[in-house]
Amino acid sequence: MTLDRRSFIKLVGSASGLALAGCATQGPAVSAGSAADIMPKGSARRVVVVGGGYGGAIAAKYVRMLDKSIEVVMIERNDHFVSCPFSNLYIGGLIKDLDPLTIRYDKLTANHGVKVLQAEVTAVDPAAKTVVTTKGTLKYDRLIMSPGIDFRLEEMKGYDAAAMDLMPHAWKAGPQTVLLRKQLEAMKDGGTVVMSVPLAPYRCPPGPYERANMISLYLKQHKPKSKLIMLDANPDVSSKGALFKKGWKDNYANIFEYRGAKKVTEVDAKNRSVIIEGIDEVKGDVVNVIPPQRAGRIAVAAGLVGDDKNWCPVNPTTFESAKHKDIHVIGDACIAGAMPKSGYSANSEAKICAQNVVALMNGKPTTDMSGINVCYSYVTADQAISVAAVYTVKDGKIVGVPNSGGVSPIDYSQAKSEAIYAHSWLKNILTEMST
Amino acid sequence: MKMKKSLVSWALVAGCTFSGAAMAAPPTPEMLSYACAGCHGTNGSSAGLSMPSLASQSKSAIVDAMKKFKSGDRPSTVMGRLAKGYSDADFDAMGNFYSKQKFHPTTQMVDAAKAKKGADLEDANCSRCHIDQGKDGKDDTPVMASQWLDYLKMQAELYDSGKRKMPKDMADKWNKLSKEDREALLHFYASQK
Repeated sequence: MTLDRRSFIKLVGSASGLALAGCATQGPAVSAGSAADIMPKGSARRVVVVGGGYGGAIAAKYVRMLDKSIEVVMIERNDHFVSCPFSNLYIGGLIKDLDPLTIRYDKLTANHGVKVLQAEVTAVDPAAKTVVTTKGTLKYDRLIMSPGIDFRLEEMKGYDAAAMDLMPHAWKAGPQTVLLRKQLEAMKDGGTVVMSVPLAPYRCPPGPYERANMISLYLKQHKPKSKLIMLDANPDVSSKGALFKKGWKDNYANIFEYRGAKKVTEVDAKNRSVIIEGIDEVKGDVVNVIPPQRAGRIAVAAGLVGDDKNWCPVNPTTFESAKHKDIHVIGDACIAGAMPKSGYSANSEAKICAQNVVALMNGKPTTDMSGINVCYSYVTADQAISVAAVYTVKDGKIVGVPNSGGVSPIDYSQAKSEAIYAHSWLKNILTEMST
Repeated sequence: MKMKKSLVSWALVAGCTFSGAAMAAPPTPEMLSYACAGCHGTNGSSAGLSMPSLASQSKSAIVDAMKKFKSGDRPSTVMGRLAKGYSDADFDAMGNFYSKQKFHPTTQMVDAAKAKKGADLEDANCSRCHIDQGKDGKDDTPVMASQWLDYLKMQAELYDSGKRKMPKDMADKWNKLSKEDREALLHFYASQK
């Protein structure tokens, strides 16, 4: 079934309308999609994967590993991907460039036959089972969406594209990460760095606190008269709390100040300041604003978000959308019960989803999920802490397996080993995504 | 009883034409094992220097390691916390999966002289259990060949500090070796493929 001209215009029109409502001024404008069927579907069944990050690249690879008779097309707007995990180490100066965090997709094509289309997805038509991109339209039998996050900028007054150039979020790794590092390098000793953290859930629960460690480390080593102030919308540290607090006390007491229940709602880019609930203004020499988040723009446009208007409800066994049949959502964008919005969760969800998508396409029984999350956070140059958990389904919800999982010992007795293991974590998970 | 129950649920699955919603089969070996690959590499072929390859390990080596992580008998960072999330049947399934994966040869920088010295030591001390130059896992003896040198050194440190317990047969040999000889053995195993 091909889209006729009228329904195509209707689709694209409504999709960009939604996108605009969702993300008023964020990022580059969505270009118009093209109706031309650029990859006519042959007799083979086809899975289209949207997004080439921690979830998408793995889903694409594992569908092919499990069933070579299924054609897989992965659509990603960039020709490479930069990992958010470990990008805080670049900001802190422990990694000198982003190369070790960057992957490309050529080996996914060479080794597994994943077809990669570099394009931006502008609309999805669940009824016609088509994806509209800036380069053309594609049909799918099943669609796996791994679109990551976008920002709820309507809840952060004044934080437009120009403000992001002055006060980077660095919550999507790449140029923003480099910008934040450059600003820290350019800051005078004795300066003040301000970080704002949104209410959970957001991408990578321990990420802001690890970033505080890495910025504090840099200041301690290079600009010891400087300060870092964290304004956290959450009432308290929302991940590995006791461990992070011990790390701050032992290492950064004179540099770092944590302020809980301080919700930044507005920025004043010219003044380089943030405003808490319209009242208190906090000024910095370098300001890192991490805005509130929701599922990536295309998930919103495709009507995949739930009642909260932010995240995508899914079946916990197959990750099939609760809103549209034959569309699956994985990674940060989906609601995966107890599984956090982390790179490792996305990796694990992608494999669960791929196995059950292949089962469904072959008329075989689906398999109960078993998932893992392992996240490391660096504290100093050679110490890291972790959280690890195993997940299962109970009463239709993803839960942690009772009496398992947990965080590192509070005495930091394993912190040096964990810093070493963290590097192998990165190496293995990025190798999985790119080979 | 358990059998009966699972038959009933299978019958229900068939009745539901595999709709994929509530009725799903229990986790398969693949479902359990793929989740480990984020840290241990696809199908257990590790690219991370401090992480062991699980590919081609014997079933008993995997099961034995997981049980010891779970009980705390073998020291760990995250592995103990994760192992507590699985049953013995899950460990068997993982063991079945990884024992069927192809051996993962690695190319790494080793000291040739040390590796050569290690070859002689291996023949005299280790080869009865670590058969085929550590390429073949016998019973619960792990595959040593091609494991990353960093990983091997970390394990040797755990043995030497007494934190990881050695089987008696191994302790009898290992404890008689000098520090240099032990290191030579690690270079030998890392170089084997």
